[in-house]
Amino acid sequence: MTLAYCIALGDDSLVLGHRLSEWCRNGPFLEEDLALTNVALDFVGRARMFYTYAAEIEGKGRNEDDIAYLRDCREYRNFLINELPNGDFAFTMARQLMVDVYDMGFFSELTQSNDPTLSAIAAKAIKESRYHLRRSEDWIRRLGDGTVQSHNRVQEAFDQLWGYAAEMFEISKNERPLIDAGIAVDRGALKTNWEKSMHSTLRQATLDIPDDSWTVVGGRDGLHTEHLGFLLAELQFLQRTYPGLQW
Amino acid sequence: MVELDKHPESAHILKLLSAVVDPEIPVLTLEDLGVLRAISVVDDTVGISITPTYAGCPAIDTMRTDIETTLAAAGYREVRIQQSLSPAWTTDWMTETGRKKLRAYGIAPPPAMTSCGRPKDAIECPQCCCREVKLISEFGSTACKALYRCQDCREPFDYFKCI
Repeated sequence: MTLAYCIALGDDSLVLGHRLSEWCRNGPFLEEDLALTNVALDFVGRARMFYTYAAEIEGKGRNEDDIAYLRDCREYRNFLINELPNGDFAFTMARQLMVDVYDMGFFSELTQSNDPTLSAIAAKAIKESRYHLRRSEDWIRRLGDGTVQSHNRVQEAFDQLWGYAAEMFEISKNERPLIDAGIAVDRGALKTNWEKSMHSTLRQATLDIPDDSWTVVGGRDGLHTEHLGFLLAELQFLQRTYPGLQW
Repeated sequence: MVELDKHPESAHILKLLSAVVDPEIPVLTLEDLGVLRAISVVDDTVGISITPTYAGCPAIDTMRTDIETTLAAAGYREVRIQQSLSPAWTTDWMTETGRKKLRAYGIAPPPAMTSCGRPKDAIECPQCCCREVKLISEFGSTACKALYRCQDCREPFDYFKCI
């Protein structure tokens, strides 16, 4: 069960890391291009750590690459918010803020895990989430409290994304025993702080708290949006076409 | 600090490894950077423990190869490199020599850190030592650096973030 848990955490990181890497050479200016792709690298690095550990737990000779490149959509367990196309810069940064605030809460709890490897990965990840969050908060304040156009675009982004936050706090039935064993994080308990932190940044950015009457869930059950397939087609192309190819 | 076992060759190996540098910042050795954690020798096998700086740092693979190549050239055939994740790497492990080398190279070294991960000291321009500096971007040429500009000499510079 820890195996499935590790893979899901790796999937969250890999899918968002891949989305961010799509900004490479498309960033609004050079420094931001570097920032987006550096954050992408941090997420892909996290995925490597989770997948490497998953492969070790499984002990069937698979490695991190097999887990990343040789599974299809329905086997991926990432949150849906991570697979949504990048949209404009406002959309990418709005999603990033939602994920970074969540990651801060999640990884600080995961450092307390009874599983020493998960706790070590979390201790490493949280250092990076700290500066990810600094940057995404800064951008949301600048965009929200910026021009009419930047304000409207970032508001629209949050309105479109808000309902995707629900699954971050919804516990799947396989997770419960792991929570009881002190291995997994009780994500449901992270919601209050997440909302508090999000609301505070949105207020500073002169943005409205979006309507929370709708939710979309399913990622942890392998039920994805149409976008994940296209993402994986690009991500996995090389290994699917030339199986076993190495650098 | 690199942890050495009592084997007489460990200190020699540490000396050999001072030739291995960070591929991204070639003035820093792995010891300066705090990436090299431990050296042990059991029979004919050399055990090296290293820790990655950043989760996604692509330099770690190059570092492994460079360690193997350097030791192989000195006659050590059996080398086991183990990657340790815990405790997580921190810029506080960077040696004083390393910090001096960084500054001379034009990169502002990371100040010591408070327990909540904030720098204890002000960031200084490596060119003119002025402390009036402005953040341009949280990320410089690599994930471990941020981009700043000195308000006095107006030179942009890389700052090694403290984490």
